[in-house]
Parts: sequence; structure tokens; C-alpha cells
Amino acid sequence: MTDVTTDSEVANGASGARGAKPGGRATSIPLMGHDEEPTIFELSSPGRRAWSFRTQDLPEWSAEELVPADQLAPAPVVLAEVSERDLVAHYTRLSHRQYAVDLGAYPLGSCTMKYNPKVCDEAASLPGLADVHPAAPAHLTQGWLELLVALGEGLCEVTGMHDITLQPPAGAAGELTGLLLMRAWHEAQGRQRTKVIIPDSAHGTNPASVTLGGYETVTVKSDERGCVSLAALQEVLDEDVAGIMLTNPNTLGLFEEEIAEIAAAVHEVGGLLYYDGANLNAILGVTRPGDMGFDIVHMNLHKTFAVPHGGGGPGAGPVAVSPRLAPYLPGPKPVRGADGVYGWAQPERSIGRVHGWHGNALALARAYAYLIANGGDGLRSIAEAAVLNANWIRHALRGSYDIPFDRPCMHECVVSATTLKKTKGVKALDVAKRLLEEGFHSPTVYFPLIVDEALMIEPTETESPQTVAALAEALVRIADGASPADAEAPRVNAVRRVDEARAARQLVPTFDARQEATPSPSPSPPSGAEQGAEELKAVGSI
Amino acid sequence: MGHYVPHTEPELAEMLAFVGLSSLDELFDTIPEALRLAAGPRPRAGGAERHLDLADGLSEPDTRHELARLAGRNAACGPDLVCFAGGGAYDHEIPTAVTSVAFRSEYVTAYTPYQPEVAQGVLQALFEYQTMVSRITGLAVANASLYDGATACVEAANLVVAAKRRPTIWLSQGLNPRWRETMSTFAVGTGHELVTVDLVDGRTAWPDAAGSGEPAALFVAQPNYLGGLEDVAEARRVADAHGALLVVAFDPVAAGLLHTPGSLGADVVVGEGQPLGTPLSLGGPYLGLFATTLELVRRLPGRLVGETVDAEGTRAYVTTLRTREQDIRRERASSNVCTNQTLIAVVAALQMAWLGTTGLRELAVRCARATRHTRETILAIEGVEPLADVATLREFAVRLPVEPATVIDRMAEEGFLAGIALEEEYGERGLLVAATERRTRAEIDAYAAALEKVVR
Repeated sequence: MTDVTTDSEVANGASGARGAKPGGRATSIPLMGHDEEPTIFELSSPGRRAWSFRTQDLPEWSAEELVPADQLAPAPVVLAEVSERDLVAHYTRLSHRQYAVDLGAYPLGSCTMKYNPKVCDEAASLPGLADVHPAAPAHLTQGWLELLVALGEGLCEVTGMHDITLQPPAGAAGELTGLLLMRAWHEAQGRQRTKVIIPDSAHGTNPASVTLGGYETVTVKSDERGCVSLAALQEVLDEDVAGIMLTNPNTLGLFEEEIAEIAAAVHEVGGLLYYDGANLNAILGVTRPGDMGFDIVHMNLHKTFAVPHGGGGPGAGPVAVSPRLAPYLPGPKPVRGADGVYGWAQPERSIGRVHGWHGNALALARAYAYLIANGGDGLRSIAEAAVLNANWIRHALRGSYDIPFDRPCMHECVVSATTLKKTKGVKALDVAKRLLEEGFHSPTVYFPLIVDEALMIEPTETESPQTVAALAEALVRIADGASPADAEAPRVNAVRRVDEARAARQLVPTFDARQEATPSPSPSPPSGAEQGAEELKAVGSI
Repeated sequence: MGHYVPHTEPELAEMLAFVGLSSLDELFDTIPEALRLAAGPRPRAGGAERHLDLADGLSEPDTRHELARLAGRNAACGPDLVCFAGGGAYDHEIPTAVTSVAFRSEYVTAYTPYQPEVAQGVLQALFEYQTMVSRITGLAVANASLYDGATACVEAANLVVAAKRRPTIWLSQGLNPRWRETMSTFAVGTGHELVTVDLVDGRTAWPDAAGSGEPAALFVAQPNYLGGLEDVAEARRVADAHGALLVVAFDPVAAGLLHTPGSLGADVVVGEGQPLGTPLSLGGPYLGLFATTLELVRRLPGRLVGETVDAEGTRAYVTTLRTREQDIRRERASSNVCTNQTLIAVVAALQMAWLGTTGLRELAVRCARATRHTRETILAIEGVEPLADVATLREFAVRLPVEPATVIDRMAEEGFLAGIALEEEYGERGLLVAATERRTRAEIDAYAAALEKVVR
């Protein structure tokens, strides 16, 4: 390396990680110890490149000839400059610092982290699906349209609904779509409704979606059995209620046994029932939201239909509806014509688009592959094994953890570390971190909010009895050996317990902000980041 | 049991015994009988029991065969259908290394990094992604992704209305019409007033006043939907005159040549990240790019990764400013985003690392060259006229002498996806044409020759 400082070297300055050197030299070997992995910027060497483009044989107009002078940036944006080899090595090393379903059990309650069959990955990578332009005319995309229509019909059958939109790209997007459908329907009836009822055990996306849908959230308390109290519900039901959002089984993993009565009561005041499909995995082929009386149902295909979660997405959140809401669905929507030819159609009173194109299509293709691979018979066996695994673990944890609602659960069970905290000073969070040391991902912690020190465990159907037993044994071992030292956990993972408070207090959202925050050998701030760095200083600690 | 359920019959029996049950059906005893479907195979006809009306599961080879059959009924972009369509979905090079590494199991089958100690891989990749997006937008903070360009606009609308406490937004007509439609859909819930500001000669003609009050923000696309280069600095001046924020919908490829929106005064930058390594995919999953100034960070929608240290002082990453988010703030949250597009963000990070400083500019230059050659060649065809007299970069609009839908159909027979038929609001018989770095002189000349034949 020379001492000549280029823009790139400044922006990609090499302070920080142990052993990080420009040019791809990283001493961090993930299989050996705790070394940090430098950022891609620290591995950069000016002038190095991985890119390669097709020979175009076009006139070689320069940037100055192609762009009006007042529009042309004086210098290119500085990015990392690495070889393909360094690029691959860096992101492969990073992947070694990442837990995933393909490594082992991931009992993150409410997230349904089941195994994602590889055949579905293959479906999503077929050029005949992946390389199709979304604006291509329908006669060029008959296969896609057929797939989407068939998936929609299958999902309607599974949920007992009449019609569906596949556009919402995630569960929360589906919720908001459903609430806008609710709003459109009420308005068409000439009603001004203002409130949507949500149980206190609901996911946070529910109340957030309600607000964005222009409604006011009314929270209804759960009863001592962990379910919606019909009496409490009756108290808040009136002519201002647009509807209720329910997850069934609920976030405690319990089936709302009075669902038929709840549906009748809500319908009685002219309200609609919204089914949050987060927990649909529990009831596949066993019962259907449509049969329970729901009017609007969203599904999380990344949960129930095994679309891989991608580190946080992409997912897909189709919304299925009863006949009276079908005319309001987002469009354009894939349809099969009388002649067997597929096309796009706009529902008569559509609320409009909820996505820039047609939704997360490749995620939908994965879900379709999963649907036909399992079939009606396979879907039911999913629910059976998921529910059996959850109940088995509930039994296995008795005596080691508090079980606030110790009755037959569905696909997940919620236990509590309240007694552990009281007697041994070990919180749910410590249990979660200890479990990481045992080689498992942790359950969801501190949710649902109505359970203190909650640990929400969802083994899913794809974990074998042996794995479920090993998970339970680890949790029991943690409870048995609980001591204040558990606050030190985890000790054997890529990093020790992470200081979340510091991250929020001293915000470092980019590498450039770090360069500014830590004294750098270079006097000038990195290009492209001046503004941010100055503001960070001005704001100080946020 | 289904293909992916590992339990054997004896294991099921043993587990049932452990929980005190004798059959799988009893697991569902808490579900009222009237609501239950029957187990077992479907009856051949009209039994009293209700079953799912779905075919039985397929073997893996049969599943693969069925998907291949469906894929075979599509005309994919490639040598047999050379792509000149854009409109927010572009046919760019996707290097093998990017796909190969981004689709490692560890990235594909993890979830939101709720336990940072075992999620440093995804967290650091997102931190690097945020840094790259920050640099190409010229703003201090970028989030860890939203669903797509359209929904990024929706979130930007919610942000600016909350920040300025004004319900009105001015949208340039040059903003993708499908994105504007998506914003209208969600504005019904939030009560925002969206005012469309027309393009004149291919550029936004900002008015002195519009709508019922001062705007919270102006939204301008750079380049705009017709491919025209907007005067973002002028939009900033207009925004200032109204005390409004400026939101720029930018194209990450054009960022290889143009001033960053942040350097021209944008408060929020949104964009469609599909050009950064994601295939056309019938329109999804794509990637919503979203960046803001540091002043607005507390209103940032979605996840944000920050750097911190672990208990031993080792550098570590974690999702931060979590109190903005729906799972904590619930009905007071300004966004309901939970699952986002993390994997696509990781892909984009890899793609930007593959491009690097020189590659991003080279990509933009090559797209601009292909676009210019296409434009010059087809404008030489009699009856094909520019839709507006405006500088373009990677896409442009023309007026055809015949209906664009017909032209697109006939061009497909010639082996070309000719472009996108423009909405009527942009004038009659408009066609939007894009040529990326993948287009060669031979392809472009053949395209022009076919178009000349088709519009004759």
C-alpha cells in the first residue's frame, strides 16, 4: 500500500476491526474464535473491481456527452472496491455468524420458522418465472397467471373464503389492506364507523395497522383463560365498531373456543371479523376461518406456506374475503376467463393497488410449490405435528417454568420465567441468551405482553421428536442451573451480549457515521457522508 | 404425514401418550365440533364429513414438473424476448457471485435479527447495505428496506405528514403512476390529500398553490417516469418557498451519473432497488429503498441497524431505535412494517459491492449509451416522435403512429418486449422504452428494424 490517500481510501478508511486490511485481508476466521469481521469498506482497495459487462459495440459516449453538465455528478459515489473473491469470502464469513433454520431449531414463537423445502427454492429460480417482466402482456404470461389463480383458489379453500388478493407483500401489508377493505365496505353501506377492536394479546402490527386504516383501536382484555372475554367484548360493541381483528389460535397458542359466539356478536352490530393469519399453521385442514365466521383473512405465506424468511423478508400476505367484500379487492387481479385464457381484471369497486406491481410473485410461486407438494392430506398433517410438538414441549417444561395457561395449546405454548426471576434472578432474556449457548435459536421473549417474563415457543412441525426433546432438555437444564451468572450469557457465540442501549444512545447507522464517531487518522471526512457526519455531531447523543 | 413432517407412526403414538392423548384428532378438542373438518382421505362423493377440497400432495419430481410446466407457459426475457421494457423493472446483469452468496441458507432461512448474538451476519450485511444506500442517496440514514418503490412512497407520505403536521402532499405526475395509485389507496386510511402536479414538456411544472393548504412535501422522481431528468434543485427551492420537505424518488442506476438527491437538498429519498441484483420476477419481491436526513431518523419506518459493542467491547450490530416500531409503539406507531425485504437488501449490498465505485458509474454510462442509441435509431422511424423534449438517461417515451398495445403484441412475435404502453394521462399512443447495459448494438438495431416494420 502507498501513502497516497484517495477519496476511496478515506471513505473506506481502514480503522476498526482487528486484523482488517484493505485489499481483502481479513484475519477473521469464523470457525476459530471471536474475531470481528471487517466491513466490506475496510476490505476495499482503490481500483480493484469485480464487475464485468457484456460487450455492447456501441459508440463510446462519455459521461459528459451523455448527461447535461448541470446534472452530472462531479465524481462517482464511492463504494467498496473489491475482487469477486474478496466479495464472496466476506459475505460467506458473515453467513457463518448467522443462525438459520437450515442449521437447526428456531422456535421463535409466532414466526413459524419451519423448514423451507428446497424444491420451492428451485421453483423460484426457474427462468420462466424469474425473468418475466411484470408489464408483459397477459398472453405472454399465461403460466404465471395460471399459477396465481391456482394459488388463490387453493388459499381460499384452505381458509374457507371466497376470493383473494395476492398483492400484499407481507402480513402487516395484508392487515392494512384488510382494514381498507373493511372501510370501503362500510362506506358503501353508508356507515361511518370509527373503531376496531383488538384483544390485548394481539401482535403490534394490528393496532399500528388500525391507526393507518384511519380507525381508533379499542383494546379488549383477555379473560383468565387467556381468551377474548365475550362479556368484555359485549361491553365495547356498538354501532361505531367497524370490526374486530383476531388471531385464532391467539398469541398464547390457545384456540378461541367461543369464536362462533364472538362472530355472531360482532356481526350483530354490523361489524366485520378480521382474521390475522399469523397462526394459521395450527389449523391447516382442521378448521377454517371462513367457517368460523370471518369476513377478511390474511395469510403469512412466509410462515404457514414455508416461504423462507430471508433474514426478515420478503414474505407475502395475501388477503382472502367473503363474497360481499370481493368487489372491493385490490386490482388488477389474475383471473381465468370463460375460454380458459388467463388475464388481469379490476374488481368492480376496487380499493386500488397496494403494491407497485403484483405482489411478491416469486414468494407466491414458492408457496404454490409448497401447496401442491403437500396437498390437502399433507396440510392437515402439518397442523397435527405442529400442535403435537407444542403440547409435548408444554408438558416437558412443567415444573421448570411457569405455565400461565396450562391447558391444551395449539401450535405454540407460552411459558414464563417469573418464578426463575424471583428465586434465582434469571429473566426470560437470560434464558433466551443461555439457549443460544446451547445451540438453539431462542423463543420469542416478552410477548405476548399480557404474560410476565414470557417465552413463546413454537417448535413447528418440521422438528423431529428428537430435536423437540433436545430443545426441551436444554430449557430444563437452563432452568435447573439458573444463576445470576446467566446475565453474562451468551459466552460462546459470535459476540457476547450486545449493548442495545448504546446503539440507540450513540447512533451509528452507517460505516461513515462510525468513521466520524471514532477518531480517524485521516483529517477530512469521507465523501458522500459529510452531511450525516456533521449532523450526528450536532445532535450528539440521540 | 406430509413430505416435510419427520414424525414416524410410533413416534406420534409415543408423543401422544406423553401428553395424555390417544389420537391426533384429540389435539383439536378445543375447537368446537361444528367448525371442524374431517381427517383422513377425502370421500369420493358427497359424504357428510367436510374435507379440504384439494388434491393430495405431489412427489417432489411431480411438483418440479408442474412448476416447470407453468414456467414454460411464460415468455421470459432473454434471447427470445429481448427486453426494452422498464417502468420501474429493469433487465440488468445479475452476476453469479451475487446470487450464489446471497442465497446461502444462512441468509435465506433466518428471520428478523431479534437475537443479535446469533444474527451478526444479517445485521452486518444490512449495516453495509445501509451505508451503501446512504452514499448513493447522499443522506445520512437509510433503513434496512421496505417492500418496494411504491410502498416506500407510502411510508414517505406518512413520514412527511407527521413531521410537518400538514395533510397535503404534492406529487409530480412524473412519479410512477402505479406508485401514485398505491399512495392513493393508503391515503384513504390516513386522510392525506394527494395533489398531482402535471408534467409540462416532460418536467414537473410546480404551481404556486394547489390543494387545500400548504404541502407537507413535494415528491419528485429523478429521472421521472417518462425518463426525463428533473431539476431537483428547483424542486428544493419550491419546497422551501412553501416550508415543505422534499422527497425524491430516485433510480439507483442513474445514481451512477447524477448528483445524489441528498446533495441537492432532499429530506427523504425513496426508490426501487430491483435494478440492484434482483430479476424481473413479475414485479416482486423487489426492494424499497428509503433514506432520510438525521433530523428525521426518529420517524424512519421499518428496521434500522446500528453499530454498537458487546459486553467485551467487541464491535457488534443490532437493530436500533426500536421504540419507533409497531411491536413497541402499537397504535401510536407511524408505520406497521414488520417483515421487510431483508434478503433483497442483502442482494443489493452484494450487487453494489460487486459494482464498486467504478462499476456503478460504468453501469449507468452503459445504460445511457444503449438508451441514446435506441432513442436515436427509433426516432428516425417515420411517425415515431419524442413524447417530450427533455434530456433522458436510461429510459425515454415516444408517441407511436399506432396503438402501443398492438405494437407490443406484434413486437413480441418479432422477439422483443417493446416497452410499456403509457397511461392516457401522458398523452395518446405513448410507449415507454428502456435499454440497459445488457443491450447491444445488434439487438438495438434489430429492435428498430422490427419496430419500423410493425408501425408501418
